Amino acid sequence: MSTTTSSFSLFTTSIVRQSLLDAVRKLDPRVQVKNPVMFIVYLGSIACTIVCGVDLVANRADIFTTQITIWLWFTVLFANWAEAVAEGRGKAQARSLRAARAGTTARRLRNGVEEIVASTELNVGDMVVCERSDVIPSDGDVVEGIASIDESAITGESAPVIRESGGDRCAVTGGTVVLSDRIIVRITAATGGTFLDRMISLVEGAQRQRTPNEIALSILLLALTFIFVAAVATLLPLANVLTPTAGSAATSFLTLPVLIALLVCLIPTTIGALLSAIGISGMDRMLRRNVVAKSGKAIEAAGDVDVLLLDKTGTITLGNRMAVDFIPMPGVSARELADAAQLASLADETPEGRSVVVLAKERFELRGREMSSSHAVFIPFTAHSRMSGVDLDVAPSMRSIRKGAADAVIAWAERLGGATPAALRPTVENVARMGGTPLVVADGALLLGVIHLKDVIKDGIRTRFEQLRRMGIRTVMVTGDNPITAAAIAAEAGVDDFIAEATPEAKLAKIRAEQQRGRLVAMIGDGTNDAPALAQADVGVAMNTGTQAAREAGNMVDLDSNPTKLIDVVEVGKQLLMTRGALTTFSIANDVAKYFAILPALFAGLYATPHGSGALAWLNIMGLATPRSAILSAVIFNALVIIALIPLALRGVSYRSRGANDVLLRNLLIFGVGGLVVPFVGIKLIDMLLVALGWR
Amino acid sequence: MQSSDLVAFGVFFLVLAAVARPLGHYVAACMDGSTPTFAWLRWIEGQVVRLAGVDPDRSMSWKEFAIALLMFNAVGAVVMFSMLVGIDGLSWHLAMNTTISFVTNTNWQSYSGETTLSATTQMLCCSVQNFASPATGFAVLAMISRAIGGRAELGSFWIDVLRFLLYVLLPLSLILAVILVTQGVLQTAGATVTIDHVGAATQTVHVGPVASQVAIKQLGTNGGGYYGVNSAHPLENPTSLTNLFECIALLLIPVAMPFTYARMIKRDAQAWPIVGAMLVLFVVGLSVASWAETQGTAALGGQISMEGKEARFSPIASALWSTATTATSNGSVNGMHDSFMPLTGFVQMMNMLVGEVIFGGIGSGMYGMILFIIVAVFISGLMVGRTPEYMGRKIEATEIKLAMSAILIPNVTILLVASLAALLPAGTSSIANPGPHGLSEILYAAASTVGNNGSAFAGLATNTVFYNSLLSVAILIGRYAVILPILAIAGSLSKKTVVPASAGTLPTDTFLFGLLLLMVIVIVGALTFFPVLALGPLVEHSLFNAGISF
Repeated sequence: MSTTTSSFSLFTTSIVRQSLLDAVRKLDPRVQVKNPVMFIVYLGSIACTIVCGVDLVANRADIFTTQITIWLWFTVLFANWAEAVAEGRGKAQARSLRAARAGTTARRLRNGVEEIVASTELNVGDMVVCERSDVIPSDGDVVEGIASIDESAITGESAPVIRESGGDRCAVTGGTVVLSDRIIVRITAATGGTFLDRMISLVEGAQRQRTPNEIALSILLLALTFIFVAAVATLLPLANVLTPTAGSAATSFLTLPVLIALLVCLIPTTIGALLSAIGISGMDRMLRRNVVAKSGKAIEAAGDVDVLLLDKTGTITLGNRMAVDFIPMPGVSARELADAAQLASLADETPEGRSVVVLAKERFELRGREMSSSHAVFIPFTAHSRMSGVDLDVAPSMRSIRKGAADAVIAWAERLGGATPAALRPTVENVARMGGTPLVVADGALLLGVIHLKDVIKDGIRTRFEQLRRMGIRTVMVTGDNPITAAAIAAEAGVDDFIAEATPEAKLAKIRAEQQRGRLVAMIGDGTNDAPALAQADVGVAMNTGTQAAREAGNMVDLDSNPTKLIDVVEVGKQLLMTRGALTTFSIANDVAKYFAILPALFAGLYATPHGSGALAWLNIMGLATPRSAILSAVIFNALVIIALIPLALRGVSYRSRGANDVLLRNLLIFGVGGLVVPFVGIKLIDMLLVALGWR
Repeated sequence: MQSSDLVAFGVFFLVLAAVARPLGHYVAACMDGSTPTFAWLRWIEGQVVRLAGVDPDRSMSWKEFAIALLMFNAVGAVVMFSMLVGIDGLSWHLAMNTTISFVTNTNWQSYSGETTLSATTQMLCCSVQNFASPATGFAVLAMISRAIGGRAELGSFWIDVLRFLLYVLLPLSLILAVILVTQGVLQTAGATVTIDHVGAATQTVHVGPVASQVAIKQLGTNGGGYYGVNSAHPLENPTSLTNLFECIALLLIPVAMPFTYARMIKRDAQAWPIVGAMLVLFVVGLSVASWAETQGTAALGGQISMEGKEARFSPIASALWSTATTATSNGSVNGMHDSFMPLTGFVQMMNMLVGEVIFGGIGSGMYGMILFIIVAVFISGLMVGRTPEYMGRKIEATEIKLAMSAILIPNVTILLVASLAALLPAGTSSIANPGPHGLSEILYAAASTVGNNGSAFAGLATNTVFYNSLLSVAILIGRYAVILPILAIAGSLSKKTVVPASAGTLPTDTFLFGLLLLMVIVIVGALTFFPVLALGPLVEHSLFNAGISF
């Protein structure tokens, strides 16, 4: 599976071939009836075909009626094709997922005895053994052992991940492969209900249920369709009122195929044809970002989110703290402090340690020195000593440098007979207040000063939050830090709110409080104790590295386990709704031009003077050649515009984080005004082409 | 355009512009029971409420509200029907048509008022319903405003009706009636006056309580005149000044309604895009009508048509009235719409066909607008990438279903009624003019009844069993197939949690939203009827220019 590759091609040959076949297969009335707007077109096509057939038998076959009939069928087929293309990608994905599942066997443990069974025979609660190169037979939790596992079949990520019993990394997924060691897994999913099974049915669209907004939009479209059915159906009796004075010109052109053509042009076929493709592609766009949404409803809800709960570590800050400042004590130069700090950190491979070396180099051009010649002994950090450092054998004496937690280093220096400078403790407290972590550095008994370690805000995250704020979304940072530190980081990152010393209960309470005020909340989490909050949130994204409980509770799973994903998820949700709204506007706006094409054509000869034009000829503002070419042009335009808009339906309208009014203005200009103008141009061009081809 | 027309236009727009907002806010205050003045009216209110045994603090659910409304209208209808049949001896179908028409604020008249009805029934039936029916319409608006405004309580139908009558309709119509009387409009208990002319002939003139009925028919978007020719009659509308007053009265309360609505939902700024959209449609229609009426036409050898218009009023004044009366679902006339130029007919019909939302009837214009607002909010909400919400309440399948049915059912009814009339001999035999004008007559009758306007494109003889029955059904559908969904929408909205507004919420008090609302009205409301309108007035217009008429 190649979901991580961002290159995106709509029309790969295999998808096109498959989707063309599917488009024809979808002509089944049982499929058609599910889309009421297109079902009307379908019925119209059948009616026209019957008319053509009768004409043929009566030996008066009419090329015009035949043409209309052909293009009506194309309209239906194009709509089918749009859906088939949207499904095509999912189907391709499902095939590769199936391959991961196919024919696995399991080594079930029963009373301490292993037996080989088909993976489909496993029940919830069974224990299975998995060793190197075994495919894990079903979803479960590791209850014993630790193993590295290749999850690329699911995530597309080839780097192996570690799964171990206990803690938050115990979940394994059926279809993934054990690369090393041996684990015992307790099965948590029944056959057919595994993550892989659900993913397959999701990407295939088999279980796709229409989302609330999609249902509301369908009702709107259906009502519009009804109105136009009434408008077209009553046209003949109403025009007939003119017959006594206008003669046959009033109704002569109002044949069944022409009326059906008018109806098809007026009802919102563009959006009707693309509606389901838009929905499927929303799921697909999530997948391309490596997020598996468990339902379309969740994606739609993502667009409505008002509040994002974001974990500080990994989302807002880089995972590790970095040295940002050296604060020397009186009588010590910053350079001396940096020098000592660097020496104490040279062998410290932790990110914090490396950041001290980097900072010393940046500030004072202190280069790393070759330490082996100095007979250096490195003192590693332990939880007990809470400091690390180095002992240097420099003649004539030993030089011991330590850096670490303030209390520990001060106690160490005092034991060596040092005195604590009066400025030290206030400095330490000050760093803590600013949201940093103070490390005290001592050179023997001499306390040199403080290294300011700080959480480093991710690049660009502030801008991201500003964008979110413009979209009306509030961000809440969740952290285990104390309130002072949390406040400092929150201010720096530009989040709107924070929860300090957060417990899972505090998260849950916050979500409930926001929801009570009518807001929709999204969060991302991984641990078992996140599960209640994930379930409570309107959009709960579980990380794939997380526990089975978390993955069950959320309504999306992020295969990359990247907390920043939440923002992408919101964007996809919004894009989905915007695409529907934009194409609806476009579709309805199209009607204006179609009226100007078809109406003058229907009544071309009405009250025509012997040498002049009809009474409604002035409505033919496009100057279309003949009534027949006008009607045919409108029908052809109506069909082709579906094809033309398939890429837009699948990709979604371009999205920018702006205020609602700006977004509306932009989309109205493009799809509203565009929807008014484009068909005038398109119908005229098709008409000219028809004339050039000798069609009159 | 004469200078007197310019002055009339100026006064018309200035008065309405000056009065709309304060009047709207006054009405809203009255509905809260916080009437600024009129302590003695409050005393009356208290007494009536006590006598009726209504608990003024008890709020109704939407269903209770609907039942109270239907009961109120049904009782009024039974009383009126029996009196019309019993006292004036009307045929069952004419009595039914007239009753339904007056109870629903339509005032379609298949008869001539002064010769068919007695002064008693004019006062006890027509005038009573002239007050009751706009109050009914307003109560619906008040109720949905409370729901949209976020109040848990939707109010009491009885209290809403009573307050609107006491504080708004009665005082205003009293003032207008007095003004009209001073200008020579009749107000007497007598029935006929016989005048001996200086030749041998004598003339019998029907007189009666005209001024009081004219006042409420204008103010209450009723339109049913004392006389068959309505305000074209010199005793209903004697001078240019009364014409101006009556014209202003047509729009007085309807233009205030968006402001009442905005005040009741506690967001005054929401009124502007709504008023803006209504005003644009009104001014465009008025301009077309004024232009059309002042053009000579080839069919009349280049003359301006004055047939069917009152020589007392200029063509412009007639165009203004006809635009105002069709826009507001009033239906009174000061000239015969049948005789106006085809393009004016186009404007008149368009005003009614978009659902009577260009200011519209009292209450009904604004609640009809709420339907279009819901559709506009839905489409634009999707376009900004959020589940659409209006005033913090999500617009979901239920609301769309109800709103679209309230738009769809009347529209389809208009088309079906017109088609039935066109198909059946019973329908076509009533058409006076063949050709496109005959089609206009049928379409106008359907639009006017379903839109609860009540004005007629004369020329269609509608006092037949067929038309009286068909149009009664049309009127009922046009009224209650909108009111009931509106009340249900209110019920649904009031149960939803309020989503607080954020930068991602689409503001609905902007110019852009007004524009979108306008587009939705034009496209959804008007495109449905474009083919028929093309065959009727537009064809006739072309033929007129070519010098052809039938």
